[in-house]
Amino acid sequence: MKTKLALVFCAALTAFGSAVADETKIRLRDAPEVQTVTANCSGCHSLDYIQMNSKFMKRATWEAEVHKMVAVMGAPVTEEDQKRLVDYLVREYGVAD
Amino acid sequence: MDRRTFVRGVTGGLALAGTQLLLPRSLWAGLPDGTIASEEMFALPGKQPLIKRSFRPPNFETPVSQFTDVITPNDRFFVRWHLASIPEIDPREWKLGIGGDAVTAPFEVTLEQLQRDFEQVEIVAVCQCSGNRRGLSDPHVPGVQWGYGAMGNARWKGVRLKDLLAKAGIGKDAVELALDGADRGALDATPDFIKSIPVWKAMDENTIVAWQMNGEPLPHWNGAPARLIVPGWTATYWTKKIVSIRAVTQPVASFWMAKAYRVPKGKFPSVDRFTSQETAENTPITEIVVNSLVTNVSEGQKVRAGAPLVVKGMAWDAGYGIRSVDVSTDGGRSWQDAELGADLGRFSFRPWQFVFKPSKGAHTISARASNGAGQTQVEQLIFNPAGYNNNVIQRIGIEAV
Repeated sequence: MKTKLALVFCAALTAFGSAVADETKIRLRDAPEVQTVTANCSGCHSLDYIQMNSKFMKRATWEAEVHKMVAVMGAPVTEEDQKRLVDYLVREYGVAD
Repeated sequence: MDRRTFVRGVTGGLALAGTQLLLPRSLWAGLPDGTIASEEMFALPGKQPLIKRSFRPPNFETPVSQFTDVITPNDRFFVRWHLASIPEIDPREWKLGIGGDAVTAPFEVTLEQLQRDFEQVEIVAVCQCSGNRRGLSDPHVPGVQWGYGAMGNARWKGVRLKDLLAKAGIGKDAVELALDGADRGALDATPDFIKSIPVWKAMDENTIVAWQMNGEPLPHWNGAPARLIVPGWTATYWTKKIVSIRAVTQPVASFWMAKAYRVPKGKFPSVDRFTSQETAENTPITEIVVNSLVTNVSEGQKVRAGAPLVVKGMAWDAGYGIRSVDVSTDGGRSWQDAELGADLGRFSFRPWQFVFKPSKGAHTISARASNGAGQTQVEQLIFNPAGYNNNVIQRIGIEAV
């Protein structure tokens, strides 16, 4: 699954050309889950979407966003990874309930 | 200093006086902290540096200070995409299909045929993202955290959609026009960005398939080779890189119609309805709300006491026509008429200006546009979950010294 997404990501880099090169400098807040975020999210969008949408979302809102990416946008993210994503997003880019 | 160094300077909050690229942090006081921290000035190929909101899909807005002319230059025009796969289309290869179950004679048209076989018309119209100013919503809501610059005003040239539909033999049973562009998601599973407009809006003489923008081919980022222009309505219906228009007898049920771009019913004073898509609770967004923007004065600016200060800006609406722009320099206690500038048509930006001599001390500048439908800007945000239709009157604090 991760290999497939990584391939999609590479295809996107090629298609997008020079502009996307700058997204490689995006650095998310360091934590053990960052690899999970990169592997599951960056196939479809640059990670500045996360930075831009911070910090104002509570757990329920971040959960809804991750759920939308899976249920609506078709991102193939395992249940376990969804939990890790939400934990990371709430802790590093969210606000307390 | 090269551009990268300069960009770093700006994003680091370093003030560099006397340049067009100046982006005062205080201007974005209403945006989320993470939005301000992740923004930067960045030039997409063929574009001037714009404010980057996201790289992929690309979402870039025009800095307020660059709305100096009534027409927004192509290379400063905002960029907004939902899906990351945006093909560069060879204009010689491009074809637009006109079809659907409500036409009798479906056909395809090349760019050459579009330019040669149909009457060519021009219109100046504001293209504004439904979520322009979303980043200023209180409370904040998820989405692209736009400031004031997810909009632009251009002279569009192309062919009336109703002429194309007439050639295809559109029937009386048509309900909506389904619109599709060449953009796609990175995954096959991602819903394609398919939008629709009601037949009556499609048959409006102002709705056109445009292949020219301000006298030039459309930039790639703004929908080359051709896009739909739906004057008065928000940009979600202005399908870029349009490849398919289908007249259909049933309402379009795509995610982007059924779930996204909806506003609660009854909250906004929109006149145009999209009845085939309405539910008991909500309705698709339709018209651009009446609005204005102060373009040459920014929060925290210091000006000379006693010297004339020319406050400039733009006003626009859904096409009822800007009737007046009032300006207040005392935080909204009193209002005076601004002078309206060139009238390029009812769907265009209308420039305005107001001159006053600030006394020593603090002043709060506001502008309030009103239109021919008796609508005016609001003092308090009409909150809605997606952050649409924000036309709150600005309050810009300056100090005369």
